[in-house]
Amino acid sequence: MRNIWTIARREYRHYFTSPIAYIAALLTLLTVGIYFVVIIYYTTNQSYYSNSAPGIDIIIGPLATVFLFTAPALTMRLLADEQRMGTLELLLTTPIKDGELVVGKWLGSFLFMLTIIAITLVFPIVLNKLTTPGIDQGVMVSAYIAIILLSAVFLAIGTAMSSFFNNQFAAFFATFAVLLVFWWLIRLPTYIIQDTSINNIFNYLDLNGRFNSMVAGSISLSDIIYPLSLTALGLFLSAVAVEIRRWR
Amino acid sequence: MIRAIGLTKDYGSRRAIENLTFEAKQGEVVGFLGPNGAGKTTTMRILTGYMPPTYGAAQVAGFDVISESLEVRRRVGYLPETVPLYPEMTVYEYLKFMADLRHLPNGDDMVDAALDLVQMGKRADGYISNLSKGMRQRVGLAQALLHRPEVLILDEPTIGLDPAQVVEFRNTVRDVGKERTVLLSTHILSEAQQLCDRVLIINKGRIVAEDTPENLQSRLVGAEHVVLRVKGEADDLLPIIAKIDGVQNAKLQPDGTLEFQFAPGADVRPAVARATIKAGFDLLEFHPVGLSLEEIFLQLTQDNVRKER
Repeated sequence: MRNIWTIARREYRHYFTSPIAYIAALLTLLTVGIYFVVIIYYTTNQSYYSNSAPGIDIIIGPLATVFLFTAPALTMRLLADEQRMGTLELLLTTPIKDGELVVGKWLGSFLFMLTIIAITLVFPIVLNKLTTPGIDQGVMVSAYIAIILLSAVFLAIGTAMSSFFNNQFAAFFATFAVLLVFWWLIRLPTYIIQDTSINNIFNYLDLNGRFNSMVAGSISLSDIIYPLSLTALGLFLSAVAVEIRRWR
Repeated sequence: MIRAIGLTKDYGSRRAIENLTFEAKQGEVVGFLGPNGAGKTTTMRILTGYMPPTYGAAQVAGFDVISESLEVRRRVGYLPETVPLYPEMTVYEYLKFMADLRHLPNGDDMVDAALDLVQMGKRADGYISNLSKGMRQRVGLAQALLHRPEVLILDEPTIGLDPAQVVEFRNTVRDVGKERTVLLSTHILSEAQQLCDRVLIINKGRIVAEDTPENLQSRLVGAEHVVLRVKGEADDLLPIIAKIDGVQNAKLQPDGTLEFQFAPGADVRPAVARATIKAGFDLLEFHPVGLSLEEIFLQLTQDNVRKER
């Protein structure tokens, strides 16, 4: 545990010296901010023939989309760069387990992502002031749980990809590709396949559907368990990849 | 204490090291001497728990490198050839990070002590990216010495240091080597001779010789090489020199110098010098050349073949 924390702390601090992390944070906040302002402006001008005020989804929805880009940007160097700089040899000859290294790396990126998510909390506060009777607190909590779980999954997939490649950009695009599969492509077969039992599998694996229902305020146990197991799988594969590097 | 028994490592179909067996005791500085690609780094990576061997076994500080890898890593200080550092950290932050990974109880004091040992105390708050190659090497060494390891493994530790730094570095290694086991690799014969109590010569993944520097030196006394440079072309001088009694293998070098050998004990140099002047050449340079590593291997391996017969 202590080793995980040591690795995570260094990684978290590293983000504050890295231009890519600042760009990722700026891109995230700017996109969500612009989207927020535009929606608010639009709905206030249209309000006399629509009586539904905008909800938390106008913040969390675009946040998830931007994370498709920022998560790979934050994780691409985690292990790929250590390998390139030779510092992986240093870490792998200190008395820490491969799993601790991988989890520490992921945790560092997750903490940075949580920092970005924490900054976005200003938007619901503003939204709460602008709308009457204010936003639904329960839905807000559910939506934030959804985005936190989603970023855990995205970053774990990114950590795994970073351990597979020596090249940061290969890691970036591989992560992006895998995220697209889980976020978008995986539900496409359900439009063609008629068999409901097979479609249930695709629907179960689809992160987007689960995410949308959580942002709308409904959480089931599998909505929590599925992303957590996907995160664990990503970290496990990453630890295996580090172990395999030792044998080569 | 290091004990390696039959270490073999294959990278795919390429065999990097084959059946290496050797030992290094406490208080001993053992040198690994060999050209690039001889298998020095591979062997060190196995001993530090970075990678397992394909066959064979090794114990470091009393623990098995495969089944008790974490225990080994706790007791080994390792400076890889690439000197892995984080350029965006300060020297102090970097060493503190390593101290934390090693769970050192009084990390700050240990970092200070390691910095003093490599004389980098004044640069503790400087960023690693701003350090010279020599200073980075010292920070790398501080990292290896940080936890006062029983076994110190240094891969090509003097590469990139200037001569004054090399002398300093040698003193540091000699000091820490008194109560520890030190294994270091180099491809410079004189360095191995100066630093080590014992030298293992490794070539193409095999140990070709193992001896004290003194004994190696005496085994290496074979033919002596001399290089001679004259003003202008040496072409006409070659037949004159070649005729002198005792001169062997006289030949022109591509750079215009003339090289020859003579058997030990039959010094022909005065005769060669006299003949050169007498023939009307202006003698510019006349100096012995050391044996190259390749020649050393050739000699030592021929030695072994001869002994076996």
